[in-house]
Amino acid sequence: MVQAAMEKTKNMLERFAEVDKILERNGKNKAKLIRILQEVQEEYKYLPEDIMAYVANSLGLAPAKVFGVATFYAHFALSPKGKHVFRVCDGTACHVKGSQKIIDALRSELKLEDGQTTSDDMVFTVETVSCLGACGLAPVLVIDEDVHGQVTADKAMELVRALREQEKA
Amino acid sequence: MIVETKTVTVDGMEVVIDNDRNLLELIRRAGVEIPTFCYHSDLSIYGACRLCLVDVEGRGIMASCSTKPEAGMKIRTNTAEIREIRKVTLELLLANHNRECPTCSRSSNCSLQDLARRLGVDTIRFKQLEEMKPIDKSSYSIQRDPNKCVLCGDCVRVCHEVQGIGAIDFANRGSTACVAPAFQRDLNAGECVNCGQCAAVCPTGALIPHQEREDVWKAIENPKKTVVAQIAPAVRVALGEYFGMEPGAVVTGQMVAALKRLGFDEVYDTVFTADLTIFEEANEFLGRYTKGEKLPLFTSCCPGWVKFAETYFPDFLPNLSSCKSPQQMFGSLAKKVLPAQLGVAKEDLVVVSIMPCTAKKTEAKLDKFKTDGQPDVDHVLTTQEIGRMIRAAGIQFDELEPEAFDMPLGFGTGAGVIFGSTGGVMEAALRYVVEKVENKPLTKVEFKAVRGLESLREAELDVAGNKVRVAVVHGLKNARDLCERIRAGEVHYDFIEVMACPGGCIAGAGQPIAHDRNIRQRRMQSIYNVDKSMQVQKSQDNHFVVDTYKEHLGEVGGHEAHHLLHTVYEQHNQFFDARVPILVDATENDLPVTVTIGANGSAETGQKVLASLVDYVKGNKLTNKVNLYAAFSPRSLKGNTTTVTVGEHTLSACDADEALTAIKKAIK
Ligand code: SF4
Ligand code: SF4
Ligand code: FES
Repeated sequence: MVQAAMEKTKNMLERFAEVDKILERNGKNKAKLIRILQEVQEEYKYLPEDIMAYVANSLGLAPAKVFGVATFYAHFALSPKGKHVFRVCDGTACHVKGSQKIIDALRSELKLEDGQTTSDDMVFTVETVSCLGACGLAPVLVIDEDVHGQVTADKAMELVRALREQEKA
Repeated sequence: MIVETKTVTVDGMEVVIDNDRNLLELIRRAGVEIPTFCYHSDLSIYGACRLCLVDVEGRGIMASCSTKPEAGMKIRTNTAEIREIRKVTLELLLANHNRECPTCSRSSNCSLQDLARRLGVDTIRFKQLEEMKPIDKSSYSIQRDPNKCVLCGDCVRVCHEVQGIGAIDFANRGSTACVAPAFQRDLNAGECVNCGQCAAVCPTGALIPHQEREDVWKAIENPKKTVVAQIAPAVRVALGEYFGMEPGAVVTGQMVAALKRLGFDEVYDTVFTADLTIFEEANEFLGRYTKGEKLPLFTSCCPGWVKFAETYFPDFLPNLSSCKSPQQMFGSLAKKVLPAQLGVAKEDLVVVSIMPCTAKKTEAKLDKFKTDGQPDVDHVLTTQEIGRMIRAAGIQFDELEPEAFDMPLGFGTGAGVIFGSTGGVMEAALRYVVEKVENKPLTKVEFKAVRGLESLREAELDVAGNKVRVAVVHGLKNARDLCERIRAGEVHYDFIEVMACPGGCIAGAGQPIAHDRNIRQRRMQSIYNVDKSMQVQKSQDNHFVVDTYKEHLGEVGGHEAHHLLHTVYEQHNQFFDARVPILVDATENDLPVTVTIGANGSAETGQKVLASLVDYVKGNKLTNKVNLYAAFSPRSLKGNTTTVTVGEHTLSACDADEALTAIKKAIK
């Protein structure tokens, strides 16, 4: 019990030490906040609250300020993302070609409640993006780094199943 | 040689340029009232609300708050185009506004409502789209209704620039942009010190003091209850403004009369316990000064400052005076002496404070200010709230015959009255200290060096051959700067007064919303005038306080006085939720011990202290008496040290031995 708690204490301190390295690399410079947050996100895949608070205090900024910056840029994720990220384009062209059907199908297949973007098992995240600039392929779905064009709801389901198989293997 | 004066024309009138910060101030100086949301003369210029538009010939329409005056400018302030832009801006703001105007506490004093009326906005052509966001009622001091926010950012800037905190900031962007505490948490979860300065600058009802009027009405109407009031010094120079009187009008007698009409059974004066504070605090100072320990002594009357120190300067907590604020001293004393004096059961006595302050609302709810689960001060009303109650009761405030406070807790001296202004606590303490040390009657009671509105005032006094260095700061950004210089060893003082609100309590966030730019000077002048007009000007001459010691408290600074009038501090410098239980079992009433590890540089020391405490608690089989936690501070603690909290006591720069001694003492 105590052992585990002391271990946890140590882990937390190590976690902060990791962030210290990022801070050092950037000269603990307030002006580099965005760069620092990017590096934190590379390390943790999202911006955990305690790390944001730690960064804020190390730089002499208020946590609310860091939170403000983190929520201003769509690039930053405030909650952990799943192993596979689905980004459905919902720009004008894709929208007209039925991207909403894809979104609805994915959300219901992955049992995402209102406002939820990541499945409970942390395997899938579904996001929408404004325009990927690939309107000729509309509707477009990007899974991790792979672009899929002229996607239908059925096609999206297939892709989900394929990834599930891959996960099991 | 001809000296050229530089001028501009404003709506055809010629106006001389005179050191104006921007066109807006120049135009206002010329007597034209330009509407603004995001402009506040004490804060930096933001330029976002686009209400202050003017037309400059040859350049077009621009924001006057962020334009420098230049010679020859031809300015028009009231064109059809400007009116139309403003109107649309207002319509858009109102479209998504929580338009419950009749019940909003800012109703008669709201810039948004004023402007809508002034610009003749009679319909709103846009539909309300967004759902209403929840109102944040987590804080006992401030209520936040995001649905009334116009995103002017005044609150964000006052909290950051004047208070040096930044508890709230803009979050998100575009249509979801809002003002919020860090991580969208509740306001009471973060660094907010409850000063309310954000609410004082908010042009709408988005940030208002938490309202307790209903609770007080209920108590007054309950025939079983005896309801007594204490009124803080600063209220008497501001309440009149609520009823349209001159800024700074002194209304002590009318205020007492009005409270009696409202149904308060007894009306007392917080000035009485301000005097009592001086007895305790000045003696505390003399004790420390003689021994040369725990200096500088910081005043502790201001709960905003106390929480600020608990959050950012835990290493200074031993330097804070252990005196409760005058409000809380009154609460403890009232609950002790009044039941017998008034012939009521203690549980039927309701103590209501009338305060210029929002931080006092939270202070009164703290567990450490409860006796047997009952708060010493039951309810705290701001000056605004009592004004509203007086109005609601249909009382003609300006026609009231003045009445006197009830005795003995209504008797106060001039020294207690000046507590209401920045510098006042220091001056009152000096009146006591100098007379006591010099051991002869003090005839010159004024200490002008500590008066005024400069951000930092200092003085070095020669008191019977001893050098006493004092400082006064107000506004927490100024306090932060001073504390950092003391930490760095750049400056040295013996005694420091800190007030969170710029100007002190006279400009507290519970006071009527003021539009007069000299409001602080005017209220402050009145406070010193009241002092001058008092028969007794030194706390030590308050014979009712002297009697109270004789009858109830014993020695100044003695055992009973300590029990009733002093308090302890806890640190708040830890991360949200980053508290790890190390050795915790379910036994009740265990002594909580928290080792705070500065994650930034002092982790090793902290881990060592923690390990020793674990060994001790396990080795001596004390797990059923002590609960041990680790916490992390994002700030580095002074000199790579660690802080240990044992029960209610905070030991800063603490080593394992010191912590062990404190634990042993506490569980004995
Ligand atoms: S009450 Fe004071 S500390 Fe809290 S958010 Fe408002 S200005 Fe900041
Ligand atoms: S809460 Fe008030 S002061 Fe703050 S941005 Fe909104 S309207 Fe302005
Ligand atoms: S006052 Fe100039 S833009 Fe708001």
